[in-house]
Amino acid sequence: MDAVPAGHAPLLDVAGLAVSFPGAHGDVAAVTDAAFSVAAGETLGIVGESGSGKTVSALAIMGLVDAPARVTARTLAIAGHDVAALRPGDRARRALLARRVAMIFQDPLASLDPCYSVGAQLDEVLKEAGTADERASRARRRARALELLRDVEIPDPAARLAAYPHQLSGGMAQRVMIALALAARPALLIADEPTTALDVTVQAQVLALLRKLQAETGMALLMISHDLAVVAAMAARVVVMYAGEVVESGAVPAIFATPRHPYTAALVAALPESVPLGAPLAALPGRVPDPRHRPAGCVFAPRCARRAERCTETRPALADAGGTAVRCFFPLHGPASPAVAGAMP
Amino acid sequence: MSEALVVAQDLVRRYPVPRRWPRPPQWLQALGGVSFTLAAGRTLAVVGESGCGKSTLARQVTMVETPDEGTLAIEGIDVVHADAATRRRLRSRVQMVFQNPHASLNPRKTVESLLAEPLVIRGDTAAERRRHVLASVERVGLPAAYLRRYPHMLSGGQRQRVAIARALMLEPALVVADEPVSALDLSVQAQVLNLLADLQRELGVAYLFISHNLAVVRHVAHDVLVMYLGRVVESGPRERVFVAPAHPYTRALLASAPTLAGATPPALHGELPSPLAPPSGCAFRERCPYSIAACAADVPPLLPRPDGGPGAVACIRASEILGAAI
Repeated sequence: MDAVPAGHAPLLDVAGLAVSFPGAHGDVAAVTDAAFSVAAGETLGIVGESGSGKTVSALAIMGLVDAPARVTARTLAIAGHDVAALRPGDRARRALLARRVAMIFQDPLASLDPCYSVGAQLDEVLKEAGTADERASRARRRARALELLRDVEIPDPAARLAAYPHQLSGGMAQRVMIALALAARPALLIADEPTTALDVTVQAQVLALLRKLQAETGMALLMISHDLAVVAAMAARVVVMYAGEVVESGAVPAIFATPRHPYTAALVAALPESVPLGAPLAALPGRVPDPRHRPAGCVFAPRCARRAERCTETRPALADAGGTAVRCFFPLHGPASPAVAGAMP
Repeated sequence: MSEALVVAQDLVRRYPVPRRWPRPPQWLQALGGVSFTLAAGRTLAVVGESGCGKSTLARQVTMVETPDEGTLAIEGIDVVHADAATRRRLRSRVQMVFQNPHASLNPRKTVESLLAEPLVIRGDTAAERRRHVLASVERVGLPAAYLRRYPHMLSGGQRQRVAIARALMLEPALVVADEPVSALDLSVQAQVLNLLADLQRELGVAYLFISHNLAVVRHVAHDVLVMYLGRVVESGPRERVFVAPAHPYTRALLASAPTLAGATPPALHGELPSPLAPPSGCAFRERCPYSIAACAADVPPLLPRPDGGPGAVACIRASEILGAAI
């Protein structure tokens, strides 16, 4: 149901992804049903609040969720290779991920090694995942490292090779992270809240940089954010997650302008921009359900203004509703946010 | 305009930055002459990027620190030169809400003892404390059963409600809120912002609201102070600052904020200069699209807006900028 250009196998194809962690009183499900796909050159946004499972889904794709956590998936394919069958530590899976997929995180200073210079960290990645030439020649690696720093628009790249992470500003450190991620020429870049820790003017610079690099390299981008506006600035399609499952997915302008799922509508309505100045904000009552005590029916039903008896008994499936996929028995039609705002006390 | 609650004049705050022996410490000027007036019951928002001096300003107003120069009057009393007893009395009039309620609430205390602590210091009896605590949890929309809980048993939004209840316990005239909703999810952020607005209407408390989120500021503020590298570059009523920004930095901030409408090109290049070696003249000139040679000469003073509207701007080309399209 996700609109991937016909004739192209998606670069990343995920369906029925579930991740659970063993707890003292049974398993705790962090992700119960994630499904999305990204084609080459495309940007897919994933939005959701804390605990929605967006980061855990990305870590599971990267094979970074270790035992005793359990990862299962109906489909988990990267560049046509089925990796669902391979264990996270499997050598073939690691090789595939190292060469084809890279990931950047929210806090670049926590992701960079404080003990090594920028140059040493780039060198290490190129030694492992560079071209044959680069793996063989130190001079080649240095030249490529310089080129990478130039690509991410770091001023005076030669001097920056010798710099340590603590000498970089937040924006520069995130640029270095992006350079490290691009070193292996990945086909897919997963960016988990890449600009959340940055100031707004620097955020605009880093988002523009990611768009430029994507246009140049043709890589696919999976952009994870809690910020609807950041996703709107980057992605053509978006997946909305709530309490471990996808509740809505489709084209960005359509989803934010006329959300079909009551949760998406409530998120858009809660933005300060959505109400006239001085008017109270359309707050969504309640909170995300405890993953140990998930509601029997629809996970959003306890907070939903539109719930009926059916919603508390049966879990809705992700169904196609005119171009977007919605997990709701009673999806909204037309411009939905005013209706929801009015329905909420 | 109602009476002025806080009047700050040319606040300057410097911090020493140690250097290798035997060189003397270098001085970092975190506030370079900040002036503002906050009326009772109003909200003044301070916006700007990391390192602009927002939090340093909060530390002066809450009397955690004393400014090196300038005057600061709270409820008409000069706090810079006040004796310890006066400062202590004034401290209960100014309270603070922090960004991360997980860090600002003692994990070993129950909600009840967290809320009762200011009352203990004031010297209330146990019965009075109980009555005030019950009234305050009800005011912030928490069930009384939560009084026996510890902070880790609450969600982020509930913890921030406890932090707000605690700040309001002694009925302060001013609450300094430093990024109070930045750590919260969007749906919870709306709940907390509504609560702050309700409490202001109900209690007449003033807010010094520090935030980097322009959409939030636009919603909560009556007046706005835009700061850059320790100085106010623009101030005025929200409608003026957001609708007709007169400083190029304000314009760049507004243009950089992403919206649901989609991508916009970055409005600024480069990053904040080092506060240890600020550029001569206007601190913003190296990133400013309107910069001319004269900008390097002197620090531009904060002057009334050239279009005659309420508000002030620190830019020598403000009248030309107001003429240009946003």
